[in-house]
Parts: sequence; C-alpha cells; structure tokens
Amino acid sequence: MEKVLEVNHLKKYFPVKGLFFTKGYVKAVDDISFEIYKGETFGLVGESGCGKTTTGRAILRLIEPTSGNVIFKGKDVTELKGDALKQFRKEAQIMFQDPYSSLNPRQTVFEIIMEPVRFHGIHVDDPEEFVIKLLESVGLNEMHLYRYPHEFSGGQRQRIALARLLAVRPEFIVLDEPTSALDVSVQANILNMLKDLQKEFGFTYLFISHDLGVVKYMSHKMGVMYLGKLVEIGPAELIFENPLHPYAQFLLSAIPVPDPELAVELKARREKISGEPPSPINPPSGCRFHPRCPYAKDICRKEEPPLIEVEQDHHVACWLYSKA
Amino acid sequence: MPEPILQVRDLSVHFYTYAGIVKAIEKVSFDVYKGETFALVGETGCGKTVTSRALTQLIESPGRIVDGKVIYYSSKGPINLLELGEEDIREIRGNEIAYIFQDPHASLDPLYTVGYQIAEGMEVHQRIKNIKEGIKKAIEILRSVLIPDAEKRVQNYPHELSGGMKQRVVIGTSIANDPKILVADEPTTALDVTVQAQILDLINKLKERYHATVILITHNLGVVAETADRVGVMYAGKIVEIGSVGQIFKNPLHPYTKGLLKAVPNPMVKSERLEAIPGTVPNLITPPGGCRFHPRCPYATEICKQKAPELVEIEDGHFVACHLY
Repeated sequence: MEKVLEVNHLKKYFPVKGLFFTKGYVKAVDDISFEIYKGETFGLVGESGCGKTTTGRAILRLIEPTSGNVIFKGKDVTELKGDALKQFRKEAQIMFQDPYSSLNPRQTVFEIIMEPVRFHGIHVDDPEEFVIKLLESVGLNEMHLYRYPHEFSGGQRQRIALARLLAVRPEFIVLDEPTSALDVSVQANILNMLKDLQKEFGFTYLFISHDLGVVKYMSHKMGVMYLGKLVEIGPAELIFENPLHPYAQFLLSAIPVPDPELAVELKARREKISGEPPSPINPPSGCRFHPRCPYAKDICRKEEPPLIEVEQDHHVACWLYSKA
Repeated sequence: MPEPILQVRDLSVHFYTYAGIVKAIEKVSFDVYKGETFALVGETGCGKTVTSRALTQLIESPGRIVDGKVIYYSSKGPINLLELGEEDIREIRGNEIAYIFQDPHASLDPLYTVGYQIAEGMEVHQRIKNIKEGIKKAIEILRSVLIPDAEKRVQNYPHELSGGMKQRVVIGTSIANDPKILVADEPTTALDVTVQAQILDLINKLKERYHATVILITHNLGVVAETADRVGVMYAGKIVEIGSVGQIFKNPLHPYTKGLLKAVPNPMVKSERLEAIPGTVPNLITPPGGCRFHPRCPYATEICKQKAPELVEIEDGHFVACHLY
C-alpha cells in the first residue's frame, strides 16, 4: 500500500512567557511518529490537552512544528515554500470542530464553496452547476445555493464545510472532531457520509476525536495520546480488543457504554485510576503516565519508555512490555 | 410499590421571544421514586434542562411556567412546588432539592474561596451559626467528595483547581444541606471521560450515603445505561417514552428511542454502518402538528400528523407516546 503521510519525531513546544524571560515550554506534542496509508483512516484519541489538535495543525503547517518532519507523498512538508506549499494546501485539507466559526457569516454558500476554487485557480466551466453537484454529494441541494450560514443547523453547516473542502479535490483530510458539536442523530449522518466519500474518492483521513465509540467506528488504525506522547499505536480493532498501555486500558474501561448489561460488567472491571492529567508545562519525568499508573516501577519514574512492537503493527510505549 | 418523591403533571414552559412563543416543554408528566436515579435524556433543545429547572421555578424571563403541577412529597406531606411563593420555594431550593450544573467553571464564584462558597449555602439555610463554623464543616464535605488535602484545599480559589476538582466542589456545595433530591444537569459533559467516570461514581456513592434521589439530565446514552434506574426520553419538548433502563435499552418502543440507540456508535461492538435519523430537530415556535416526531418517523401514518399521542402503559412501568401502540 502507498504511504500518504509519514510523521517523524514531530514536536511542537509553545513558550510560556514570563515578565522578561521565557519561563518554560508547554510540550504540546513531544516527539511523535506515525504513518498513514492511502485510503485509510488513522484515529487519534486522547483527552483534552493531550496534543491531538496541535498534531493535526502542525502536520498541515497551520502552526509551524518546533522540530521533526512530515513527509507527504515523498516531499518534506516542513520545507515547502511558495507554489509547492500552495499545492500542498490544496491537497491536504482540514475540517474543524465548530461549524459556527468555520464559515464566513457574510458569504453565501455559493461564495463559501467557490472561494478555495478561485484561490487555487481551478477552472470550472459552470460554477453554479459545479457547486450544486457538490451540495448534492453532501445531501444538500440547489435551494441552499444563495443562503447564508445562519440559516442552517449545525449538521447542515458541517455539510457545507465538507462541500467546500471537496471542491478542491484533496487527497488527505484532517478531521478535527468534526461531529463533537453535533447531536447523535445528526452525527451518525455525517460519519456515514465521510465513510462513503472515502470509499468513493479514496481519501486518506486523520480523524481526531475524544469519543472512542466514534473513533472505533471510523478508524482502520489508531494512536492513543497522553500528554503530548503517543503511548500506543496499532490497528483499531486490536487496540479495542487488547489495549496494552495502562492508560489505554484505563481510557477504554472509562467510557460509558450504551448497554446496561455490559455497563455493569465494565464498571466492575474498571481500573481504579484517580487524578487528572498533569500540566504539560512540567510533565512528569520518565513515563508521563507514571504518577497515575497502578503498575509504575522505578524505571518508569526515571526513563522514558521507547515505542516497541509487541505484536504485528501493534506498538506500545510502556516499560511493562520492554525487557530493559 | 415504590414510593414517589416527586410527581410532575402536565408541566408546560413557554418562552416569549421576539420571534414568537417557544413552546420549550409541553405537558410533561413523570414520577420520580424515592432513592432511585431517574434520567432524562434527549438531544439539544429537547427541553430536558428546562424541565429540571422548572421543578423549583428556576425559569427566568422571558420564560414562564404556564401550566402544570410539581408535587413534592416532603417530610411534612405533599406540596405543589409551583404554587409556592418566592420565599417558600427558596426554603426548598438548594436545601431539599439541590442542583449540580454542567459547567463547573461557571458555577463557582472566582472571588471567594471554595470553603466560603460551601459555607455560604449552609448559612443561608440556617444549618450553621456562622461562616467560621461552616468552613470547618466544609473540610468534612470536601473529604466526602474525595478531595485530597481538604484542610488546604478549603482555602483555594476556584482557579487553583482543575475541572474535575471544581465539579467535586460544586457537588460539595449541593450536598452540604443534605438534600433529598439532587438534580444533576449534565454533570460530566464539560469533563474528560476518565474524570467523568470518577464523578459519576462519586454521585452514586453520595446518593447511597445520604439516601438521596437523583434526577440526572444527560444527552449521553452511555451515562444513562451506567447510572440510571429509570429513564425518560424527551423529544422536542415532550416525553416520548418512560421505562426502566432495561426496558428502554433492550426493548425500546418509540421510533425515536429506537433511532437514537442505533445512531450511537458503541465502542464495544463492531458496526459497519450507523443508522441515522433523517432530518433535524424541529423548531419549537411552530412545532409539527400531531406527534412532533412524525416528519422524521419511518412509520408515520395519517393519524400521526393530526393527533398528538398520549403516554400509555405497554408493560409494567413502561410508557410510550406513539400511535403504533
């Protein structure tokens, strides 16, 4: 299979400014690596503040990574300039969480969708027909052509955002919590549509979410993030069946399942982990999860665990699985 | 026969806005039994929060409670909470019926220490003589909501605490007066899943310890399956189905409940395709006539467009408002 995206040792530190000097850094993303193959969805899960959104933005260079590189179709994205960067911006798109702030309230749907088309100088014979086709592919129609964003519901706005990015025929799309602002009945519609479009056009997705049910439904492979680090990577099914990292186990057991019988069973098995993620400004030494981990040993406090392959394609960064 | 602690009958709340009258809830009726956890579920704008707030007249202008009764079985006998005056309802609100709101950041005053805020509620309801005594009590309360280092934390300001800790403090303020009913309105929506599990666990423990009754408002069906005994499903300002957790999840009757259950991705089950409910939630200024779900319902017939269905009991304790039954 063709590798579309390769992320190597990506880091993004945000400086914390004091009165005169930089007091320290928020290590939002700290040395993460993964790859995504063509037509696949890579799910990135973690709790708020773990760095999943920063990862998505750094990959697209919406924020400049501190170090590391991102290889997109054989080219290093972090070194692109000028026309090459513009071309990359066309091929790699993003869909944001909040459909209320990602559409210009003063533009009609037609203008919203045509803007990136004009910007990238894509020639279309009949703009109106072009936009209507796009609207139809996301379940809207020509009636909506000259309406403004405020006339639409949240789910419909996400469809418009989707039509806008389809207009430039991207290959790779970062979906940053695309359904978190929507109700479940609407969420199901959007998720199904994203899956259908992927099948039809062979899109590659990076799907960022905190909702494990949604990630399981969407992803082929997934990565679990904790405090700026990827602690486990593997095929989504394997991770859900057999999570290895204590944090992944904890996260999976903590989700409330919409099934009362299963819930009783899961609750009994739920790992007793207390506390909340610490601040990423001065993250704990060694393994960042050690202060909350029930299995923490001496080495966990001192040394950072490397990411190792435990079974095929299933990697974990935890001393429980390393021989060191 | 379980003993009711709260009986809501035909509760209607309307909001008088410039755009028109928003019929936020219409003829909502349900019972809550002593010692249980009753969950109200539904999507944004279905009226679950309005219902919970109307119980103690917590509806502000332009909203108005236009109809209905809320019978509360207090230790002194049944009272209709909606007939009480301002002073009398304040005796009940925060004292016998306490609230936990969604956003812990907005529920606490940033200018006072958490100890003071817990003590204030007790002083208002004359549980303590002065704030000083209250702060001592607040330490015990912080311990009971499992905040470590309670002696030090009592002097903290809200900004010094994390989201989960703040929600624990909010829960502390609401249990301080030993309430009979705890109304938790999306208590974990602003929190991460791992913290959510801890908070739900805490609410459950406190419920047992204080023999309280919990009314849980949520949109998360997972949370309902895990914590509730009985469930009321709301859609567009109406209750469409009521039953035990087992009845609702194993044998959902209303097409909306069925659709909702199929639309949620279950992380423990592999599914190839989610079944979505077509359309969107209606506007409550001009809600659809008849059954409010009929424009989105796959089984809708002529009668559904004309007549609003009443709640009928199908099996023991399982009510549904649908013409199919």
